[in-house]
Amino acid sequence: MSTDAARPVAYRDALNEALREELARDPDVFLLGEDIGRFDGAFKVTRGLLEEFGEARVVDTPISEAGFTGLAIGAAMAGLRPVVEIMTVNFVILALDQIVNNAAKIHYMFGSQASVPIVLRMPGGGGHQLAAQHSQTLDAWLAHVPGLKVVCPSTPEDAKGLLKTAIRDDDPVIFLENEGLYGKKGPVGGPDHLIPFGQAVVRRPGTHCTVIAHSRMVWVALQAAEELAVQGVEAEVIDPRTLRPLDLETLANSVRRTGHAVIVDEGWPEYGISAGLATHLYEACFDWLDAPIGRVNCADVPMPYAKNLEQAALPTPSDVVAAVLANIGRRVA
Amino acid sequence: MSPDVTTEHADMRNLFRSMILIRRFEERASEEYMAGRIGGFLHLAIGEEAAVVGTVTALRPDDPLTSTYREHGQALARGTDPRAVMAELLGKSTGLCGGRGGSMHLMDKERAFYGGYGIVGGSIPLGLGLAYAIRYRGGDQVAVTMFGDGATNQGIVAECFNMAGLWDLPIVFLILNNQYGMGTSLERAAAEADLYTRAEAYGIPAWKVNGMDVLAVRDAVTEAVRIARDERNPACVELLAYRYRGHSMSDPDTVRDADEKERWRARDPLITFERVLLGEAIMTADEIAAMKDEVQVVVDDATAFAEESPEVPVSDLADGVYAHPWNDNPRGGALMP
Repeated sequence: MSTDAARPVAYRDALNEALREELARDPDVFLLGEDIGRFDGAFKVTRGLLEEFGEARVVDTPISEAGFTGLAIGAAMAGLRPVVEIMTVNFVILALDQIVNNAAKIHYMFGSQASVPIVLRMPGGGGHQLAAQHSQTLDAWLAHVPGLKVVCPSTPEDAKGLLKTAIRDDDPVIFLENEGLYGKKGPVGGPDHLIPFGQAVVRRPGTHCTVIAHSRMVWVALQAAEELAVQGVEAEVIDPRTLRPLDLETLANSVRRTGHAVIVDEGWPEYGISAGLATHLYEACFDWLDAPIGRVNCADVPMPYAKNLEQAALPTPSDVVAAVLANIGRRVA
Repeated sequence: MSPDVTTEHADMRNLFRSMILIRRFEERASEEYMAGRIGGFLHLAIGEEAAVVGTVTALRPDDPLTSTYREHGQALARGTDPRAVMAELLGKSTGLCGGRGGSMHLMDKERAFYGGYGIVGGSIPLGLGLAYAIRYRGGDQVAVTMFGDGATNQGIVAECFNMAGLWDLPIVFLILNNQYGMGTSLERAAAEADLYTRAEAYGIPAWKVNGMDVLAVRDAVTEAVRIARDERNPACVELLAYRYRGHSMSDPDTVRDADEKERWRARDPLITFERVLLGEAIMTADEIAAMKDEVQVVVDDATAFAEESPEVPVSDLADGVYAHPWNDNPRGGALMP
C-alpha cells in the first residue's frame, strides 16, 4: 500500500496509469467517450491507450452523451465494465436521465437481479475563463442520488487508487475530477494500491479550526492553512475523498476537538455539498461547536468570463483565511 | 400429417395460448387495480397481444430484450411465471422484483428480459448496450429493443439509430406503433408518420407490418433478427397496432373516437387468429374452449397466490440500493457506519 515518492506523477497521468493497469488486468473493462482515442482525450487522460489496447477497448463516440451513457449502462448490465469519459461535468446534464433514472435505479427496482458496474469520469470546476456553460461544479446533483457512488480525488495518489477501486466496484460510480488538478504532481501507488471508498484523510493536522475541502479546494485550503500558520492559527485540513459513501466520523472527530469548522466547496452555496456536510456536522457535533459552521463557496452566479470577475467568484485562499479567522473570533492580520 | 406441419400446428397453438394468457392476465390485472390491490400506473397490453407474442417468439431464449412500461405481455410471453408477475403488480415479497419495481419495472434476467422502464425512450440505449456487449464478446445473440410511436420522437432515438448503424450493432429496433402517445395521436406528434423511415436515414433496413396479425409480426421480426444475427447489421421493424384500453388505468380514453375503436376491435388479434385455427382445422372449438379455461385457471391461481403472499418487510426498505452497500441503515444514506 505504499507510494513511490521518488516518482512524482501528474494527476492526469495517474489516471492514465490506473486505466492502463485495469484495461490490462480485466478484458471486460473498456473505455468510451468523445475524442478519447485518436485525439488522446480532451485533457490527455487517455493518451496512448488506443494505440496500446485497440479500437475495441478504447472507443471514440459520436457527440451523444445520453446515447453512449445509456449504451454503457446496458453493456454493464450484460456484465462488461465500461469506463465512460464525459468530457466535462457541464455535459453530464445531457446524460442525467440515463444516470439517475437507469444507472442509479436498476439494481434496486429490479430486485437486485442486475448490477451496473459503470464508472463515469468527468472533470468539473472553473478558473480558466471558460465562462458560464463550461465552468460548473455539479457534485451536489450527483451526490444527492441514492444508487450512485460519488468519488472526488484531490491528489494523483488518490486519483489512481480510487479509480482502480471504482473500476472494480459493481455499483455505478461518478468519478469527479477537476480541470485545475490535471497537472498537479505527486507520488502514486503501484498496481495493487487500491484506495477504499469512505475513508477521509487528514491532509494537514491542526488544533484551532477544522477546514473541510474536497477536490481542487483541498489545495486552496492547504494554501490558506500555510497563511494562517504565519499568524499562529493552526488549521486542520481534512479531505473526505469520497462524498458517497461519506466518512463523517473523521470529520466529526476533528470538529469535536477544534470546536470550529469551515467548509470550502467550489459549488454554489444553495442546497449543495457544503450545506449537506454542514448539516451532518451540526447533527453530530452541535454541543461541541463554538461557532456556526463557516462555508466558502463559489459565488451564487453563473461563472463570468472576465478574469477578474471569475477570480472574484471562485473560493480563494484569502477567502478561506478570512472565514477561519472570523470563525475563531479574530480579525484578519 | 408431416412432422413440419405438426410442428407448425403446435407453434400456432402456442402462439394462441400465449396471446390468451396475456389477454386474460391483463383483464384480471385491471380488476385488481379497480379493487385497489394494484397501485400507481397500470398500462395494459390488451389489443397488442399479436405484436408482443409475434415479436418474442421470433427470438432465441438468449436474445436479450428491453421494453417500455407496457411490458407484462413481454414477460409472460418469455415464460416468466404469472404468479411472480401478478405478485409484483401487487407489491408483494414474492414478486418478480421483490415488490420494488411494480408494473412498470419488470425484469426477468434469467429469461434475458432486461425490463421494464418508466421514462419514454429511456430504455432504448440500454438495448443498444446489450447489443454492444454481444458484439464485444463475439456472440451471435441479437438484442431487441421495443418502444412506441411516442418514444420515436425522443432525440435519443436518433442517437441510437446513429450508433447502431455506425458500429454495426446486432440490434433490432422494434417500434410498436399503437398510433397514440398517451392522448396525442400520431398525426399530431410526428412530422413523418411512417416511423420506420427514420431508421433508413441511418442506413438501417426498416419496414412496417400489420401488428394485429401474429404470424405477420413473427415473420417480420424473424427476418429482422436474421439480418442482425447473420449479417451483423441493425434492423428496424414498425408494427402498426392498436390498444383497446386507455393509455393506462388513469386514462378514460375519451380522446379516441368510437368509430376508430370499433374498426380496430374488428381486428382483434385473438378473434382473427381463432378463426384461422378453426378454419384450418388446427384446433376444434372444444379445444379452444378448453385452452381458454386452462389459461383462466392459471390466471386465477396467479392472482390468488399474489393476494395471499406477504408484503415486503419494511425493515428491507433500503436493501438493494447498492450491489455492495457500506452501511445497513434501514433508511439508506451516505454515511459510513
